Amino acid sequence: MFRNAARSLTAVRALQRTHQPSLARAFSASGLTLNSLDTFTEEEQMLRESVRRFATDVVGPKVRDMDEQEQMDPQIIKGLFDQGLMGIETSADHGGAESSFTSAIIAIEELAKVDPSVSVMCDVHNTLVNTILRKYATKDQQDKWLPLLSESKLGSFCLSETGSGSDAFALQTRAKKDGDHWVINGSKMWITNSAEAEIFLIFANTDPSKGYKGITCFIATKDMGIQIAKKEQKLGIRASSTCTLNFDDLRIPEENIIGGIGRGYKLAIEILNEGRIGIAAQMLGLAIGAFEKVVPYTYTRHQFGQPIASFQGLSFQLARAAISIESAKLMTYNAARRKEEGKEFAKEAAMAKYWASVVAQEVSGGAIEWAGGVGFTRETGVEKFWRDSKIGAIYEGTSNIQLQTIAKFIQKEYS
Amino acid sequence: MRPSAARLLNILVPVKRAVDYAVKIRVNPQQTGIDLNVKHSMNPFDEIAVEEAVRIRERLKEAVKSIKVVTIGPPKSAETLRTALAMGADSAIHVEIPESDPSPEPLGVAKTLKALIERQKEGVDIVILGKQAIDDDAGQTGQMLAGLMGWSQATFASKVVVDAENKVANVTREIDGGLQELKCRLPVVVTTDLRLNEPRYASLPNIMKAKKKPIEKLLAADLGVDLTPRLETIKVEEPPKRVGGGKVENVDELLAKLKDAGITAIKRA
Repeated sequence: MFRNAARSLTAVRALQRTHQPSLARAFSASGLTLNSLDTFTEEEQMLRESVRRFATDVVGPKVRDMDEQEQMDPQIIKGLFDQGLMGIETSADHGGAESSFTSAIIAIEELAKVDPSVSVMCDVHNTLVNTILRKYATKDQQDKWLPLLSESKLGSFCLSETGSGSDAFALQTRAKKDGDHWVINGSKMWITNSAEAEIFLIFANTDPSKGYKGITCFIATKDMGIQIAKKEQKLGIRASSTCTLNFDDLRIPEENIIGGIGRGYKLAIEILNEGRIGIAAQMLGLAIGAFEKVVPYTYTRHQFGQPIASFQGLSFQLARAAISIESAKLMTYNAARRKEEGKEFAKEAAMAKYWASVVAQEVSGGAIEWAGGVGFTRETGVEKFWRDSKIGAIYEGTSNIQLQTIAKFIQKEYS
Repeated sequence: MRPSAARLLNILVPVKRAVDYAVKIRVNPQQTGIDLNVKHSMNPFDEIAVEEAVRIRERLKEAVKSIKVVTIGPPKSAETLRTALAMGADSAIHVEIPESDPSPEPLGVAKTLKALIERQKEGVDIVILGKQAIDDDAGQTGQMLAGLMGWSQATFASKVVVDAENKVANVTREIDGGLQELKCRLPVVVTTDLRLNEPRYASLPNIMKAKKKPIEKLLAADLGVDLTPRLETIKVEEPPKRVGGGKVENVDELLAKLKDAGITAIKRA
């Protein structure tokens, strides 16, 4: 059913694109209209505008406080659900908006312009948790879980452990069968959203003798007995919770296995491929957020009798940053559209995620310097973007892992 | 359910696409108007009007039969209608004018709205619109429409309570001396003030649903109205740059400066 929804949406988008002849760049022999990479449907533009306003009006005033308190405001989580931003691609039957993958990317980008912490919460919930259920869960499982995830319950994706990060499949959490239940023991680390989440996707090995082919994905709720332990104190995205989770004889019913026993590794790989485009969008939004915050200031700040942005030294730095942002933007949107069109996108996603994280760090770091002493103070929120940018090179595949993925594609093609 | 004898309410909300409130306005090089190649969005007062219509329905439930939005403007104004539909309106009318045509003036808009109202088979009971548009700040359309229709009018509303059963709207207005309350018999034209409500953000599911809602396209000619402007814009220029003032130490110095500037007290007769 979801597939049909996706297809009909794509069809609508194609239709709308052809309805905008002024935007058409060229016509191929097949009559296909080709548009620029930053062409969006009317719905996508409206979504961008709506999320932009939500982020500015509702999230904006709370950013500083949430960062200082290292706490997500529950009103923001509720707001995201009310705005329909927690079931972006989920079908309307399951309480979702039945919108496109690119819509999710736009929402993540717009939220990150204001607060990358709120952005990653929305990103993990949509591109990892919802997507696993939409793609791999049975109809019964979807009917049960997707409406909850669209309407009120925050989701969390539990893969990493103390000894397994980039080497995700070295995970030590075990699941043993006991009647019609599975009993899970072990612990997870650095789990995003876990302090506020109520629904958890847990990866555990049901048969270590099979190695990574024993890894299985389970869905569980907090009240089944998941222990949310220590909350990490972090450099950036401090409002986004990151906790250690302990499972001590956590009993999960058999019907809560998603995608089949031993299929967890495949789910994780595939889901993280598209999840990376989400992180690329977060980092893109972060870079734009820092740029837009500081650049107007450089035209009002006068030194030597003129705006500092009118000095070539600074204006060229701004120009370079704008080029970096543009490149990250096009790579991110292109990866998203490829995914939406059903094309191969793993390489493009890795490239977009890698590059957007580099651009985010460069631009937000530069922004601090452009704002001068003011940028170095916490009050202005410029330095926060820089702190938040560091995670982009670490989670959902480190930069080295992205390079390795890209290198493998090169090797495959040229060796 | 009790069969209701009372006719159900139909609400019409005229909206305008205007330069976004956050955009810095610049005069165009030809000095014929302002630079329009900037972000546009729904006139904020009209957004309040759409929100109020939706809230009236949320309060009165089935007593509100329809919420229709209408705009008069170039093809791009369709975006504004979609936004209103995503906020909760049921259907829309777009009176399309060519991109190159001048912006219609309040009287033309009011006459167009009158013609549209007369075309509605089920009638219109309440028209809610912004008290003014933030682009030319004319603030006349609502009043002119009420005049042309011979309807009640309640301008600059800060609170609207509709009694569907008795066909009455109680409207509060903020005036200099305090609050004024009007009791209007329907049909009524209400214009919205800033503090009437805080408009919602269109949610994603409603944005997706909005594209399935109908937009009827019409031309001014279909309605037999003439939108030719009656005013001619001769020249538009930036306000003169403010030159910095000076500080004075005391009242005597101030009076001396005023005298120097030629400002003197009026002699009593």
